Amino acid sequence: MIPATFDYHAPSTLDEALQLLARHGDAAKLLAGGHSLIPAMRFRLAQPEILIDLNKLDGLRYVREEGNVLAIGAMTPEAWLEESAVVQQRYPLLADAVSVIADPLVRNRGTVGGNLAHADPANDQPAVMLAYGATIVAQGPGGRRNIAIDDFFVNLFESSLQPGEIMLDIRVPAPGASSGGAYVKMERKVGDYATSAVAVQLTMNGPTISAARVALTNVNPVPMRSPGAEAALVGKAATEEAFEAAGKAAAAECDPSSDLRGSADYKRDVTRVLAKRAIRRAVARAQGRS
Amino acid sequence: MNHVADRFEKHSPVPEGSSANVPTTDELRITTPPKVCGMGHRMKRKEDPRFIRGRGNYVDDVKLPGMLHMDIVRSPYAHAKILKIDASEALKIPGVLAVITGEDLKKAGNLHWMPTLMSDTQMVLPIDKVVYQAQEVCAIIATDRYIAADAIEKVVVDYEPLPVVVDPFEALKDNVIVRDDKELKTNHIWHWEAGDKEATDQVFKDAATVIEEKMHIPRIHVSSIETCGMVANYDTAMQHMQIYMTSQAPHAHRTVFALVSGLPEHKIQIISPDIGGGFGGKVPVYPGYVICAVASLVTGKPVKWVEDRSENLQADSFARDYHITCRLAADKDGKITGMQVKTLADHGAADAAANPSKFPAGLFSIATGSYDMKAAHIEVDAAYTNKPPGGVAYRCSFRVTEAVHMIERMTDVLAHQLGEDPAAFRMKNFIKPEQFPYKSPTGWDYDSGNYHAALQKAMDVIGYHDLRKEQAEKRARGELMGIGISSFTEVVGAGPSRDYDILGIKMFDSAEIRIHPTGKAIARFGTKSQGQGHETTYAQILAEELGLPAQDIQVEEGDTDTAPYGLGTYASRSTPTAGAAAAMAARKIRAKAKKIAAYLLEVNEDDLEWKVDRFEVKGAPDQHKTIQDIAFAAYTNHPPGMEAGLEATDYYDPPNLTFPFGSYICVVDIDKGTGEVKVRRFVAVDDCGNIINPMVVEGQIHGGLTMGLAPALFEEIVYDENGQNLSGTFSDYLLPTAMETPKWETDRTITPSPHHPIGAKGVGESPTVGAPPAIANAVVDALWHLGVRHIDIPITPQKVWKLLRAKGVND
Repeated sequence: MIPATFDYHAPSTLDEALQLLARHGDAAKLLAGGHSLIPAMRFRLAQPEILIDLNKLDGLRYVREEGNVLAIGAMTPEAWLEESAVVQQRYPLLADAVSVIADPLVRNRGTVGGNLAHADPANDQPAVMLAYGATIVAQGPGGRRNIAIDDFFVNLFESSLQPGEIMLDIRVPAPGASSGGAYVKMERKVGDYATSAVAVQLTMNGPTISAARVALTNVNPVPMRSPGAEAALVGKAATEEAFEAAGKAAAAECDPSSDLRGSADYKRDVTRVLAKRAIRRAVARAQGRS
Repeated sequence: MNHVADRFEKHSPVPEGSSANVPTTDELRITTPPKVCGMGHRMKRKEDPRFIRGRGNYVDDVKLPGMLHMDIVRSPYAHAKILKIDASEALKIPGVLAVITGEDLKKAGNLHWMPTLMSDTQMVLPIDKVVYQAQEVCAIIATDRYIAADAIEKVVVDYEPLPVVVDPFEALKDNVIVRDDKELKTNHIWHWEAGDKEATDQVFKDAATVIEEKMHIPRIHVSSIETCGMVANYDTAMQHMQIYMTSQAPHAHRTVFALVSGLPEHKIQIISPDIGGGFGGKVPVYPGYVICAVASLVTGKPVKWVEDRSENLQADSFARDYHITCRLAADKDGKITGMQVKTLADHGAADAAANPSKFPAGLFSIATGSYDMKAAHIEVDAAYTNKPPGGVAYRCSFRVTEAVHMIERMTDVLAHQLGEDPAAFRMKNFIKPEQFPYKSPTGWDYDSGNYHAALQKAMDVIGYHDLRKEQAEKRARGELMGIGISSFTEVVGAGPSRDYDILGIKMFDSAEIRIHPTGKAIARFGTKSQGQGHETTYAQILAEELGLPAQDIQVEEGDTDTAPYGLGTYASRSTPTAGAAAAMAARKIRAKAKKIAAYLLEVNEDDLEWKVDRFEVKGAPDQHKTIQDIAFAAYTNHPPGMEAGLEATDYYDPPNLTFPFGSYICVVDIDKGTGEVKVRRFVAVDDCGNIINPMVVEGQIHGGLTMGLAPALFEEIVYDENGQNLSGTFSDYLLPTAMETPKWETDRTITPSPHHPIGAKGVGESPTVGAPPAIANAVVDALWHLGVRHIDIPITPQKVWKLLRAKGVND
């Protein structure tokens, strides 16, 4: 469990980081919180020649409201979101999620940007940001660009970030009136990846669900939304029958693999159960009941 | 080593007084003031100032001048021929000094094989084939730990994979032979039995009710925070081998090293420094130790080897892995009358357990537990499979965990089947207080006990009857809640020399006390603390006996050049053996002190009486000599004709084992949607006889309960059909954290051991032994009405979910 030899750079500006990345290309890996990369290096599953440590880029650490958007710097530790009053008051889905990402030690170092950029369906932020419909801002040799979260996850461990690009921030649209969200996760123990987890963000119009985004954690090779679950909710009254239909749709659409967390069948059924619970809680929040 | 051990025929009579009907109390016995801090005081641990300041000294902290580093190439296959080992590329790396292969060890004096503590053999490094995944294949010696790690990546080994046998039942068919080095081409290792077969068969014939369950106690791993390691330092000039080693039994290891290597025993010094948890995993001798020592012998330089976490978790110290079929018989009144057990033990590729020699299945025959029954017959067969060596005693008092899980699960099944409340059923079947001393049907002599008192206390603390009402209400609403009980009997303190030895060395233990002129003292022991708190509790025993403040007594263990010979610390044996030796040695000192006091006070010895820390003239308490006065006189003014000094040694051979016990009650809630089990409450009432330090006992129990929760709900080492360990990292081998751990509610009763000098019993393993069935019983209790009788541990959410859906329960 000793990594192979590598060179280490800790740039203090974004420009410097971009230049290093441009110079070293595929030989380099960006180091954020390191909670996925460093274990992979210790097992020698990853053997980058160059590590570019972004932790000195203090300018990429912030949580702030900018107009109708919550802007989160890519290098912001998850723990900052946990401690943010804005997140706790106005972004309950995100607040739910950051309190169950791994454990407090990991959340103190693990970053929101790293959690997304690794494009690991087992991570929690991908489903959360899919449910919010967030936008990723990245900068590379070609300049700065926005990437819709729906276009961000390409494959297992592969995002649409291009070689030479560094993620700058994550922009989460503020939930409107009568909106509610929730994240419900099952894990074997604290610090484990989810057996399954469901992120829901929805809007109510009276008794009816007028908009809904439902996304799933660790039950698919790529982080995914469940269009079937969303369709089962939008335009429907918020009833247990609708929740069950949405849960069943999510269970049918996901594609979990069997492992020590459970069989694919088990994970599908847990996804159904968790989806119902997340939707129930999101509706309650949208209706101001919790 | 195919043998039938019939130890119970050979069992000699138990010495008088080694068991008795002893009254039970709740009150701690405290006879010394806080200044002295003898038994019963909640003294803060003397070792903690260095641990909490990061000033402990572990094997990996040892750095010697010119020290080299070793890393090990391990097999990716569970069973494969080795065609070629090519280390030429590795040897080209600057800083790489040597590669050590099985051939090299063979040339060095047939060191490529070693004996296990169970008189089996185990490869140190292979020549022909590997027999489990992660087996040591060869070692690299380098000037730097990192260079060694790079070098093992460059060693090319050609393997020819062989068919793999993972399942022990399949192994007994002998289609694939794991150990073809043996004369007998079979995977069957040994057969062992205890109890009276004919009497048991008769009891089953006469039974009104017979139940049978099959259960698997899964393979688990000790996973101590500190992995195993060694620094071997061979001095070629002095021909002296100094070894720092993660050892729970440094003296026994020194003797084994001397016998295996041929080095004279006085030229071997083993130092077991601070140990970061042992739990039985640091009793066996692992191949890495032997290779490391050989590397130092060959190079004449210090060599360090410390396993990393993956190596530790994949290759070392597996425990349990018992496949049990158990039958219980009862009469028409619901009294348990007999027990029949057949067990297949999966030992992996070698029987490398560390049981007393006459007990290949450990003390498993304690399986009749806390219940008075007429007859029992217990059989165990052991098999080789293509897995790392198993059967290590992981905080289980030599297979008592398996025994207790079985009897406590079976008791619950029988109670439920008979429609009786599990608590009332236990009360009815317990050995009664007046039956002690109690001879069990498998030959054990229980020293003392009061099972009714412990269970009653646990029921009172948790509010048992209210919980049953709550459960009924919840069940009516379709909610799943369960209450589980475990009323265990432990057997610890191996052991009396007539029955207990390891490789022939009797299982006594020792204490050596020297009191300095100023009344301070040093005490050394043959045991070795790995977190148990010996530096504190042994000092408290001596404070109790001698009146010296515990703070004034330095306790040392672990250096074979200074400590008296002993068998080490495991199986909850330290207090029953070395703790007894401490008291006995102290009494020898007190006897001499009395003579000195009589001389100083110019009175007859008979005119003196002992009071806490002094001898007083009877009826004239102002005429006295404190232990400190006497210590000074022992060096400055000792009686004519008497040897100077004040010291004593005791090698304690216990007359019997000690039998701690307890009752645990657990409440669980089950999530119908996900199958998750949440432990809502857990009350543990333990009885370990007289208590030396209640805080240390509670600490032991908290840790042990967590280690009992772990296999009940989380931990299992899982192999695929190719013998690949699927749980070889902590992402999949699930150690519970504080978040998974319920708030433990501990309480006690006190039923002293009649034969132990201070009435104490061992306690370190009671909670690990007692907790798993309480949790399993609670889960089954929640599901019994659905037709669930048994669930194998670990009770994972998926297992519960599967049962729920099969029984039509949904969310």
